[in-house]
Amino acid sequence: MKLELKGITKSFGALVANDHIDLVVASGEIHSLLGENGAGKSTLMNVLYGLYEPTAGEILIDDKPVKFSGPADAMAAGIGMVHQHFMLVPVFTVAENVALGGESTGFAGILDLEDTRRKIREISARFGFHVDPDALVEEIPVGVQQRVEIIKALVRNAKILILDEPSAVLTPQETDELMDIMAQLKAGGTSIVFISHKLREVKAVSDTITVIRRGKVVGSADPDASTTELASMMVGRSVSLTLEKADAQPGEETFKVTGLTVMNDAGQRLVDDVTFAVADGEILAVAGVQGNGQTELTEAVLGLHKHVQGSIMLDGKELVGRSVRQVLDAGVGFVPEDRQDDGLVGEFSIAENLVLDLYTKEPYSRFGAMNRAVIAKSAQEKVAEFDVRAQSAQDAADTLSGGNQQKVVLARELARPLKLFIASQPTRGVDVGSIEFLHKRIVAERDAGTPVIIVSTELDEVLELGDRIAVLFAGRLMGIVPGKSSRELLGLMMAGLTAEEAQAQLDAPVGDSTAGDAPAGDSTAGNTEGGAHE
Amino acid sequence: MSETQAVKEPVPPAKEGQGSQVIREIMGGNALISVLAVVVALVIGGILIAVTDPRVATASGYFFADPGATFSAIWSAVSEAYGALWRGATYDPTARTWQGQLGIFETLTFATPLILAGLAVTLAFRTGLFNIGAQGQIILGATFAGAVGFGMHLPPVIHLLVVILAGAIGGAIWGGIAGFLKARTGAHEVIVTIMLNYIAISLVLYLLKNQLKDPNSTNPISPQMDDNAVLPLLLGPNFRVHAGLIIAVLAVIGVSWLLNRSTLGFEYRAIGANPKAARTAGMLVSRGYITVMLISGALAGLAGVAQIAGTEKSLDSEIAGSIGFDAITVALLGRSKPWGTFFAALLFGAFKAGGTSMAVNADVSIDIVAVVQSLIVLFIAAPPLIRSIFRIKAARREGASA
Repeated sequence: MKLELKGITKSFGALVANDHIDLVVASGEIHSLLGENGAGKSTLMNVLYGLYEPTAGEILIDDKPVKFSGPADAMAAGIGMVHQHFMLVPVFTVAENVALGGESTGFAGILDLEDTRRKIREISARFGFHVDPDALVEEIPVGVQQRVEIIKALVRNAKILILDEPSAVLTPQETDELMDIMAQLKAGGTSIVFISHKLREVKAVSDTITVIRRGKVVGSADPDASTTELASMMVGRSVSLTLEKADAQPGEETFKVTGLTVMNDAGQRLVDDVTFAVADGEILAVAGVQGNGQTELTEAVLGLHKHVQGSIMLDGKELVGRSVRQVLDAGVGFVPEDRQDDGLVGEFSIAENLVLDLYTKEPYSRFGAMNRAVIAKSAQEKVAEFDVRAQSAQDAADTLSGGNQQKVVLARELARPLKLFIASQPTRGVDVGSIEFLHKRIVAERDAGTPVIIVSTELDEVLELGDRIAVLFAGRLMGIVPGKSSRELLGLMMAGLTAEEAQAQLDAPVGDSTAGDAPAGDSTAGNTEGGAHE
Repeated sequence: MSETQAVKEPVPPAKEGQGSQVIREIMGGNALISVLAVVVALVIGGILIAVTDPRVATASGYFFADPGATFSAIWSAVSEAYGALWRGATYDPTARTWQGQLGIFETLTFATPLILAGLAVTLAFRTGLFNIGAQGQIILGATFAGAVGFGMHLPPVIHLLVVILAGAIGGAIWGGIAGFLKARTGAHEVIVTIMLNYIAISLVLYLLKNQLKDPNSTNPISPQMDDNAVLPLLLGPNFRVHAGLIIAVLAVIGVSWLLNRSTLGFEYRAIGANPKAARTAGMLVSRGYITVMLISGALAGLAGVAQIAGTEKSLDSEIAGSIGFDAITVALLGRSKPWGTFFAALLFGAFKAGGTSMAVNADVSIDIVAVVQSLIVLFIAAPPLIRSIFRIKAARREGASA
């Protein structure tokens, strides 16, 4: 089935999210849409899936124009979509989820799932999905949940499958499995639209790559093009993807975490007996699949968690049991994982956000009165220094792009003399151009002699920044390995193997790959456990 | 499901507090929406005046013979009614007494407690709390102020200061309870303040039948305030406007400074706009909830002082009237800004002062005023309605994410 988009334009008020986009997806090809966050990829796919009505332009399937007034129409036309955030009911079984919306009923409206079960087994066998129709969705790993989403589309006879950032929630190994699945689907005649900003994956699977920038198609690229070339097309100027970074000069270990356990109100261990230390002038990168305790680890340092056991020592002072204010005053700079939720007050101006944790200090305020002149002046300097693209420092923070918002958070946190700098997902949802800048600032802080902890689920970022890499799995520390470790090693550790086990498996002779499946299986159980807390 | 998604903007919905998100949109719109809401409410009020007017009904009986008669009847009905309202609220040269001509001072008298109680709602709202309990806080403030006002005899000035302080403390206690419960147990302030309103009214009734009862009266009413305990009249005995107005204006200036210039206000606004970010930045969110409800309650308590020491002079169970609830509308209409609240309170004071004049002079039911006030709430609570009537583009705060 051939899909064609002709001159698709979608605007929201004055903002044009898609500007005359033309796109042809040939039958049985994997077509990648490459673009930064905010480039308009998801908007385009939502138009294609019938969630938005295009302002202008038309959609053609096999050269016949079609109109979708909702996802049901799109599905009927053979388009299936796997959203970045799964649309599954956790307490339902796989079969129930797949049947949802298209249930077949028997006598007196009694639900008949047998047919659905059969179809799931059939598809599962054909593509090697290993999905049990009677498993509860909340009990299966994220990677398998994603396959359920794919099955949902295939059961409804999807000929074109849209995958929206499918690898965001997967371990490197699960990502490899997904890419295998994509190849098999393609072999079976299904066209795939693959949306991603991860160049490595796009290069690996695509037949055709279309690059979108600021709502417009800027061209197509060959899968053989270099990552630098692709990145430059995406950003619109040449970018350097490799960070210039001197070797670390680690000093004394001033930040020590010993036997740290963080529990939620239900008594679940989100961080489980973790011990490590970070030296002055060193970056420790914490890797792991989302929801394995990284967030809780950093929040525990800041004093945001109630149920904390163990010890967190900074410069010989215990941080456990202190308030957030006291921890910040002790010299901790903290960039939270979700800047919009935890890092910024959206309706406050940039200037106000820049003093969000400094407002009680002189010269920003005296005797309880804010000094607006000083705040405005220092904001102007910060905006210039951190290259925040805004018309004025009085603009509301939520009018900024993700990258510029993150620069504001970083500017604020690096403004004080620090004894420890923690940044969670420092470049999530940030444009490639800003990533470069943010990374440089983080390395500069390290070079100034501050111990730095970076938490990231992006392996590229972990490898780029980390002088040493710690891997968390289900709240436990799987080990700390040197910064230049291999992706395979980190991937195995992220799936629940200790550093030694992972190394042993990599050293084992080829052909013994079945051994790797078992731990990967139970890894995912822990994975969902951590995820349930999110 | 997909339909609703289709019309939504591609912005991920807030994970929690969607209800407060809605309230925030209602409270956070711009002044233009407020003005237009008033205009539309007055227009609809005008339609109601026209259709209930007997002259319009008569003229419309021969509409096709003489359509002009109907239109002129409508015009005279509406213009007389609103004219009387306006004159009653400001200046009425036709009134029999010169005191009666100056309705503006009645407007100011009615506006005084509304300004103070409106500020209470505004301040709490900016901190992310919906204080529905101004009514109860006014009652408690009036009760405390009354207790020291007629129960003691102190020298001039000192007695009044004691009364004002007592009123503020009474309101602060009532507001503080809600703040404390919110901070410590997470109890929703809307539920708690509503319940505290009921408790306040029952409490004052109990006290009026027992400890605070005027022994010379058979009704549940307190003795008169001591002469030293009342707010002085600003323009002599011919007008009711009293020094509470000065307190109210000072409170507007004070709250304005607090919110926009002080570190405490910065904290309040940060907590109100994004409590999680405030917490991450080291602010004590629960302490903020408690202190803001103390201040908010104190402001409402001062509205109670204005009632008992300014206009009523004695305590009865009707001391708060509907001020506590009108205050919510006033804060809404004022866009939860201190000066906005001030002007909205003036408008509502004018409605109250002018409504009587409209009923007497234009023979239009005073209920029209209540209808107009309710319509204002409706239109402010439904900003998209006003936007679509006047085709105002919704301000987009976030860009489309991809």
